[in-house]
Parts: sequence; C-alpha cells; structure tokens
Amino acid sequence: MYAFTYQRAKTVRQAAGLLAKNADAKLLAGGQTLLPTMKQRLASPSAVIDLGKVEGLAGIERKGRTVVIGAMTKHSDVATSAIVREAIPALAALADGIGDPAVRNRGTIGGSVANNDPSADYPAACLALGATIVTNKRKIPADAFFQGMFATALDEGEIIVKIAFPAASKASYAKFPNPASRYAMVGVFVAKRGSDVRVAVTGASSDGVFRWSAAEEALRARFNPKSLEGVSAKADGMIADIHGSAEYRAHLVGVMTKRAVTAALGK
Amino acid sequence: MTTVTMTVNGKSVTANVDPRTLLAQFVREHLRLTGTHVGCDTSQCGACVVHVDGRAVKSCTTLAVSCDGAAVTTIEGLANGAELHPMQAAFREHHGLQCGFCTPGMIMAAVDIVNRKGHVLDEHTIREELEGNICRCTGYHNIVKAVEAGARAMAPGAAAIAAE
Amino acid sequence: MSNTGIGAPVRRKEDFRFITGQGRYTDDIERPGQTHAYFLRSPHAHATIKKLDVSAALATPGVVGVLTGDDLAKDGVGGLICGWMIHSKDGSPMKAGAHPALAQGKVRYVGDHVAVVIAETLAIAKDAAEKIAVDYETLAPVVDMNAATGKGAAVIHDVAPDNRVYDWHLGDKTATDAAFAKAKHVTKLDLVNNRLVPNPMETRAAIGEYDAGNDAFTLYTTSQNPHVARLVLSAFIGIAPEHKLRVIAPDVGGGFGSKIFIYAEETVCVWAAKKVGRPVKWTSDRTEAFLSDAHGRDHLTHAELALDDKGKMLAMRVHTKANLGAYLSTFSSCVPTYLYAPLLSGQYDIPAIYCEVEGIYTNTAPVDAYRGAGRPEATFVVERLVEVAAREIGQDPAAFRRKNFIRKFPHQTPVIMAYDVGDYAASLDKALDLIDYKGLGRRKRDSARKGKLRGLGFSAYIEACGIAPSAAVGSLGAGVGLWESAEVRGNPVGTVEVLTGSHSHGQGHETTFAQLVSDRLGISIDQVAIVHGDTDKVQFGMGTYGSRSGAVGMSAIAKALDKVIAKGKKVAAYALEASEGDIEFKDGRFSVAGTDKSLAFGEVALQAYIAHKFSGQELEPGLKEGAFYDPTNFTFPSGVHVCEVEIDPETGVTKIDRWVAVDDFGVVINPMIVEGQVHGGIAQGVGQALLEGAHYDASGQLVTASYMDYCMPRADDLPSFRVDHTTTPCPSNPLGIKGCGEAGAIAAPPAVINAITDALGHEDVAMPATPQAVWRAAQKAARLAAAE
Repeated sequence: MYAFTYQRAKTVRQAAGLLAKNADAKLLAGGQTLLPTMKQRLASPSAVIDLGKVEGLAGIERKGRTVVIGAMTKHSDVATSAIVREAIPALAALADGIGDPAVRNRGTIGGSVANNDPSADYPAACLALGATIVTNKRKIPADAFFQGMFATALDEGEIIVKIAFPAASKASYAKFPNPASRYAMVGVFVAKRGSDVRVAVTGASSDGVFRWSAAEEALRARFNPKSLEGVSAKADGMIADIHGSAEYRAHLVGVMTKRAVTAALGK
Repeated sequence: MTTVTMTVNGKSVTANVDPRTLLAQFVREHLRLTGTHVGCDTSQCGACVVHVDGRAVKSCTTLAVSCDGAAVTTIEGLANGAELHPMQAAFREHHGLQCGFCTPGMIMAAVDIVNRKGHVLDEHTIREELEGNICRCTGYHNIVKAVEAGARAMAPGAAAIAAE
Repeated sequence: MSNTGIGAPVRRKEDFRFITGQGRYTDDIERPGQTHAYFLRSPHAHATIKKLDVSAALATPGVVGVLTGDDLAKDGVGGLICGWMIHSKDGSPMKAGAHPALAQGKVRYVGDHVAVVIAETLAIAKDAAEKIAVDYETLAPVVDMNAATGKGAAVIHDVAPDNRVYDWHLGDKTATDAAFAKAKHVTKLDLVNNRLVPNPMETRAAIGEYDAGNDAFTLYTTSQNPHVARLVLSAFIGIAPEHKLRVIAPDVGGGFGSKIFIYAEETVCVWAAKKVGRPVKWTSDRTEAFLSDAHGRDHLTHAELALDDKGKMLAMRVHTKANLGAYLSTFSSCVPTYLYAPLLSGQYDIPAIYCEVEGIYTNTAPVDAYRGAGRPEATFVVERLVEVAAREIGQDPAAFRRKNFIRKFPHQTPVIMAYDVGDYAASLDKALDLIDYKGLGRRKRDSARKGKLRGLGFSAYIEACGIAPSAAVGSLGAGVGLWESAEVRGNPVGTVEVLTGSHSHGQGHETTFAQLVSDRLGISIDQVAIVHGDTDKVQFGMGTYGSRSGAVGMSAIAKALDKVIAKGKKVAAYALEASEGDIEFKDGRFSVAGTDKSLAFGEVALQAYIAHKFSGQELEPGLKEGAFYDPTNFTFPSGVHVCEVEIDPETGVTKIDRWVAVDDFGVVINPMIVEGQVHGGIAQGVGQALLEGAHYDASGQLVTASYMDYCMPRADDLPSFRVDHTTTPCPSNPLGIKGCGEAGAIAAPPAVINAITDALGHEDVAMPATPQAVWRAAQKAARLAAAE
C-alpha cells in the first residue's frame, strides 16, 4: 500500500467537501475491494475518506412497497434483515451469498454499487428490481447508473446515500461463482412485477452488468423457464478468461436465468 | 500518523500509526499478538479473522484506524484464562488442526458461525459458512466435526449436560 | 496398548499453543534491530539485464542497503544447487545452469530475483524498490514444453542449448518392445499432469542475523529440514562454515515439499545480515509465493499398456516430458526420474516396463517436489491406463485390477523396486464393500432421473516411502544419504527429551514420537519432550518429506531407545546388586528376574546420574544415547481409493458424492493423526483433479498468481471421507511403519478422473476438471451418444 492521508468524515456533507478538494481521494466504505486493490498497489489514492463514522448512512427501512437501504449497510445486515427477507427475499439471499461471512460483515451495499465491479452481485439486483440510487445530489435510476465495467453515473464529489428497491411479486438471483475467487462468473437476477419482467446479468459481460432483453421478452409472455427454450445469450462481448470462455459464460447465462425463474416460481 | 484507540481483548490501547497499517499488522506488530496470521493478499484465506464489535472480519482487509472506538477480540482473547473456549477445545479434541497456521482464523470464524447460526449446525451449513477460511492440511473433514461439536458445547448449559 | 502408547488416538500435545494463538512461526519472531527485505522481481519471463541502477533506491530515507547479483559475486557467494545428479541415456551428466540467488545479467522467469532492498520498514523497502532502474532487453519466452526443445527456441541456459536438462530412461526397452509386439490389446493414452502450486498457508519467511563478536550467523526459516539448509548454505553456497551457522526452523505452517528446498530469499537474508550489520527479515506475500515457491507436477505423458488375450498385463511403455522450470531447484532432478519411473509398476505384476523422461527448461518458476513428488504422477499414469484398459476390453475395472495384482512377496518389479509386503486384494475388497459397489447401478439411475451423471472411479496406488537407503539413493545420484538421527536424553528425574532430525510442520511429531517413548519406556507422554528444528540442539538430521518421519525418523528414535534401555539395565544391575543378564525391562520397570526387586525407569535414571552405586570407570554415568538409522529398503504403503461423483451436465459442476479410502500403512502409531494425513492428502489430490492449475500465458506471465485465480480447495468443495485400513506390517524397519503423509495426494487424482470419465462415457477429460472443462466434455459425451 502506498502512503495516504486518512480523513474521518462525520457527515456526508463533510465527506463531499473533502472529496471535492482532492480529485485523487477515495471514499472508504467497507473497504473489501478498495483495500485489497491498494495493498497490491493497483490503486494509490493520496487520501482516504472513511465513511465509517458518518451518522445515518446505515440502516434499512420499508416505505410502502419499497425497501430503502442505507449506503453503509453491511451485506450481513441486508442478509439478515427481517424487512428485506419479507419484502424482497431474493435480495436478502443475494446479500447472503456475497463473498464470505467475514467479508459480508464489513462490505457495504453502497461501496459495492459505487464500485460497479463487473463480477459484483448487487448491480444485478439494482438493475432487475429497478432500484433508485440516491446520492447527496440526486436520484439516479439503476438503468442510468451502471455505465460499463467500473463505470457509473456518479459525478466527482457525489456520494451514494441510500438505495431504494421496489419490491417485486416474484424475484430470484442465481449465481454461478468463479471456482477460485467465488465472485459471480455469471449471476442472473430475475424480477417480475405485474406484467413486467426484468432480467439483469452480472459477471458475464465485459461491459459489466446488463439487462438481457431477449429473456425479458420471452418471460413477459409467460413467466416460466420453458419460455427460455430457444433463447440464448450471445457470446460476443462476454468475458473470456481461464475460468470460462465467452461461449461458456453465454451458456451459463441461459442456465442461470432458467434456474432463477424456477426458483422465483418457488419450484 | 493517525491516532487510534480501541479495546483489544478487553484492554484499551491507543497508538499513533501510519494510516496504511492494517488491523492485522496492528495486532501483530504493535501489540505483538501474533496469533492472528496473514495467509493471502486478497481476503480469501481467513487466517487473519478477528472479531470487531462481536463480528468476524478479515483483519488484513481492515484499516486499524477504521477500528477507532471498536472492541476487538483476537484468538489470544478467546480463552477464559487457562480455561479453553469450547471451540478451541473442540478443535483439539477432533484433531481440527495440523500445522496450526489457519487455526486461529478458523476458530474465530467458527465462533462467529455459532453466534449467527446457533448451536446445532449441520455439515452442509458448516462447509458453506467456512467459505472464507482456507486450510491446506486437514481436508476440512475434522474441522467440520470440530465446529459441529464446538457449537454444541457453546450452548448455554452444555457443560452441565455433558457432565451428566 | 497403553492409553498413550503405540496405536492410541492420543490428542496432540502441540495443539494448545496453536489453538490459543501462541504458535511461534518465523514471521512471529522479531529480532532486536530487525530490518525488512523486499525483493525486486523480474516482470519478464526471459530477459537480459543491460543496466541496473540502484542509486535512487539506496538514497531513499530509511533504506539500509540495496544488494544485487554483483554484490553476491564480489563476496564469492555461490549459487543455489541441485543435489541429485541424473545422467542421460548417453551417460552425460544433466545440464545444470547457474542459479545465482540474485540475477547476474539475466532473468529467466517472472518473479526471478533482481535485487533486494533492505529498509527500516517493509513499506519503505517496497517504495524504494520502485526507484530501481532496470534496463531489460527482453528475449523470446520459452513457456511451452513442446516448443522448448524445438528448432529456433530461445536458449535459457547456455549449458543446455536445446533446453533439455536430461534425456533419461529406465527399464528394458528391448523386452518391453517385444512384449508389445505380441500383445492382443494395447491401450494408449496422452496425459497431462497439471502444474500445481503447493500453497502451505504459512508463506515462506526468513530472518538472517549476524553476531559480529562470534563471527556467527543465525537463520530463522520456514524449513522442513534445517540441517540440510545449513549444509547447503555452508558447503555449497559458502555463507559460513557449519559451526558458524545456526539454522532454526520454528513452528512451520505446512510445507508439502515446498519448504524442503534452499531458496534465494533465505540465502540473501543471512548473507545480507552481515552486509548491513542488522537482522534482515523477509516474509513472502501470497503472490510472491505463487511466483517463487517451487511448483509441482507439470508432465506431458504418452503411455501404453500391453495386454494378452485374457487381459493380463504384459508390458508398459511411457514417455514423459517434465517441466523443470527456469532453474534446477534443490531436488528437482530426481522427482520426474527416480521418484517417478520406479513406481510405474503400481500394484500390478507387469513383466516389462520402459520409461523415458525428458527434463526440460522453460521460463517458468522452478518445479520440484510437491506432496507425493513423482509418485502421484506415476500413479496417475498407471491408474488411468489400467482403468481405460479395463473399459476397452469390457472387463469390470475392479476385477481387472484384482486379476493383475501382485500376490507373491517379495516382488521385484522391472523398475528397481523390490516390494516387501502387501495385500492389495484385501484393500480392494474392503473398499468395494464400503462404497457399496453393488448399489452403483441403482445410484446411477437415481442420478439420471434428476438429469445428473454419476460415475465411480478407482485408484489402487502404491508409493515408495521411508526415503531412503543411503547406499541405494547414492547409487542413483543423490548427493546426500537419507538416514535419520535421534538422541534420547533421560534426565535424572526420569523425564525424557528426544532430539530428532525430523521436522514437524503439521504432522504431530511432538505427540507420535512421544507415544513411541511412552510405549517403550513406560512413562507418560507428559514426561516426554520432542526437540526439533534447531541445528544447535539437534546434531544432524535429514528432515521431513517423502513420508519418512515415521519409518526412518522414529526408527532412529527406537534404536536410541534400545540403547537407553540397554544402558538402564547396566545401571539397574548395579543398583539392584544383580547381574546384568538377570535384569528385565518391562512396563517401565527394571527388575531382577524371578524376584520382586525392581526400579522404575525414573529411579534408574537418577541412579545413572548420581552414579553412587557404580564406579564411573566401569560404567559411564548418564543416560543419553544417540542413533543413526539408515533404512534397508523403501517402504511401500498401498491402498485403494474410490471416488463417486455426480455431474451436472448443464453447468459442468462435479460434486464428489462419496469417498472411500482403504490404506495399508503398516503399523499405525496414532490413528487419529494418520486419518488426518489421509484427509489432507485427498483434499490436495482432489484439488489437483478438479480445481488447481498454475497457468502461464504465452508471454510467461503467471495468470494464477493469487487466490482470485488459483482455486484452492475449500470446505464446500469436499465431502467427508470414509477412511479405513488394512495392515501388513513393514518388515524392513523395527516399528513396522510404512508412512502415510502422501498417500491421499497420490491416490486421489486418478480416482476422481476415473469417476468423471465413467460418468461421461469417454476418456477426454484433463485435469483440472473445472466446470468449464467438464461442461465441454459432457457436450462431447452427448455428441458421441447421438452419433451411436
């Protein structure tokens, strides 16, 4: 790790102020991605602004049919939240499968979403559930938020405050983990709300999380795994590495989507 | 340098540290509590697991300065004096360790599993919950047995039941 | 059997310190004035160093020293060595290129050592290392073994212009070819034994320290054999003479072979300690471990098995290319030769075997012994060949094995080894029963109904352990003898210290060795301390590897105990005023035959030291005896492992549903510890078969350099194992021990692949059988089925 200046923010406003002063600074949420990156000297922020003591950034509440999760809420808290488990059990299950228990005890939803790692789980939930990312400046719909691998709509000095997830009538997340890292090699979040169906895929594409429109169309006609027969994801643009070729990932997108739909139907 | 104050194994400690000091480095190098180990650079092996405010975390992926005001428990703080914690005793009884290097993190993670999942753990649950702890010696067979037995022994009144 | 003697599942004495966080590993040690070393490593697989400028690094505040290969040369520090000479077919010696601890003009793999920065803190050392200016002229990387020996390949070492270290063979080619000529059926296979990274959870570490007043060095290091490290550092590398160099290997967090070798880093730390006048500490991070620990396996093999018309094995023919990496590591040369080809007879009566091995340099990390070392590679060849042969001729694979088992002992194989004892059919019978072989058909149908594919695979393995008779290995090229030493010190109060040349890094010697003492002397194991891992305390030792600590290390202790008892009888004779011939020793008491006069071991020990009852001229006071034990043969642990898998053809995920291991380790000292060794070995073998593989890209970059990409077995990748045993005591050592440390890693890989290929119905599955690989193989299986 390179040397850096450590700053503890007490409020979002203060954190934003520190961030505005130093384009080179990084926000520290749970640190489960940032710190390993810094340890390997792949990131070298001159300052780290710790959000750990900012009041009011963590917590989960239900507002009507929407679950609102504070940016600094840890994965383990989402996983075990009675509110989340009742309103959007698929989201709790997703949180329960991120990293491992110790990582879940430290990693935060805001950090994960802001980082938009192409193999992260939460972006798939945000996109499929049609979440709204609330920052210190504005509200950003998930469809506009994720802009390719590690790229988001966040401006400089903009900080995620909370994320609002509208509940779905049926939803499920099916992940095929990378055997080594256990990050999603393919993760598919399927959500049905009324006649609308959204299918978001993480881990697979070199453009990061994306909505698989062909599957969505097929499932809108009939929400059943059988509807996906003959629908296949294209290998073009899929990540290819030693763990899986583009073709294998494209194939797994189909398999995991079917499994997510099956699970969402409670089968 | 940044000042950090925390409680480690029940004792308050204050230190002035380079902000890049990881919690694992802090307990090992500053406090000389070398039971917490570092086995990888990428937060996967779990040899460094300690409890921060009662929750298992990877101390190699946590800044010491982020733990200001926190209560930290390391493997050295788990036993009650000379009396082993039931999970420690279970690891010995069931031969859940060989070289011993992953063991402190494994035991701290195991205690955390029981805190979250209760005293009756099946094999499948234990294996899944140990995802963040790598052991190269045991093939996990006896670790699974140790965690299951340790969990039971941690139940209130377990010692009394065992004595009957 | 006493409750702490031989055969008892005694809970481990060493555990208390480990479970309470009080183990003392090398990185836990902090020496006064300690500095920190960081190695600048080559980012290129193959390059010459045109210029190396360390001045900016040296000028960095907090930097204590920056040292390079030039400094090593100026000080006359020798290069790292390979301690086993292999001769090629034509009689020429192997071509060992120079291996300096810091590069001298050329780097040969990514991670090769270019310079070392020594500073007040590791962070400063790392920061300063970035200021070292290196002007590399890159050369074509040699990564692929087949290309390495081809025309136009870049030359890695000038001494080996075709990148061949040796072209070696074993066995009778003429007899083998003749047998093949009359064969009714020949099974042919091309096999890849995938490259592995050992990955003990404790990474390597070293602290070098120099005492100017005594002109003496101390090295704390993560070693499986501290005496061998001292020998090499003294006699070959020339750091200091042996009496001026103390090597301490404290608690060591696993080794699996990778900590046998003498590496650049500890060499540099101990040398640099004198240069900078302060202790120098280095601890590998995990990525450095991936780059620079000696890797394991990495063979390309073509193998053939000849059968007669009844399915009887006639001959085997094997050609292997073994990747030895960029330099010859300490024992690398013997692993794909003498630790490999002599095991190709397996458990089978095969009249003729011929094996050729090409050792090949590539621009990759050195390859050396990793758990099993040569024997897993041999077992993979034998057990894949045997399985496929049975399938090809339509015989049940268990029955086919049984038919070809060796049944008469001793048995001389055509490849050096003389098997002393075994009952292979007994292990197979027990394994078939435990796995419920008869129920396999039903289980396959149940899986099929769920859309899954189920398969079962056998592995009937043999290994040569208890390494090894010194004269035998010497005749095969070993630079050292492979005996072991022990010293037993009876103290005046009756407690006992055992000093052993074996080294425990997870094996539990502090318990099992104490059990032997408890058994022989009739004292509690609490009265016994096992001392190891310090060249100042233990006179000499060859260390722990090759499953040798029980068969060889404990035999040395047994021999020393015999001497202690013999001396005790002399002392007791004086103390009890009887003739020595009338003294009997049993259950911890020396007694006069036919009388009720007796003394406990502790009482005799006291008499030995106070020496009041005998003249010191007639009998030396004291009760301390030493012994060196040199084995008369290898030991031959064997067994049958059976793996049953269920495959999800849609994703390619393979789940191990059940595992049965029936091993014959001879006499077992502590069954709990032995079973633990089997579990761990199986996990590493399953890792090789399903998960692990070191992968270099075409430019020689290691793609799998962290746990993000190198897949370590985790708890949820594995099942619980059913471990059982049969017993034929080893006749060649006094304890009847065969050794157990490597069996699982040797047995497991072919069992897994045989199970997967059984499930899929074709043989085209390479290791590691990752989900992607199995998915592809399942698609091929579907295509083959459709074509039928």
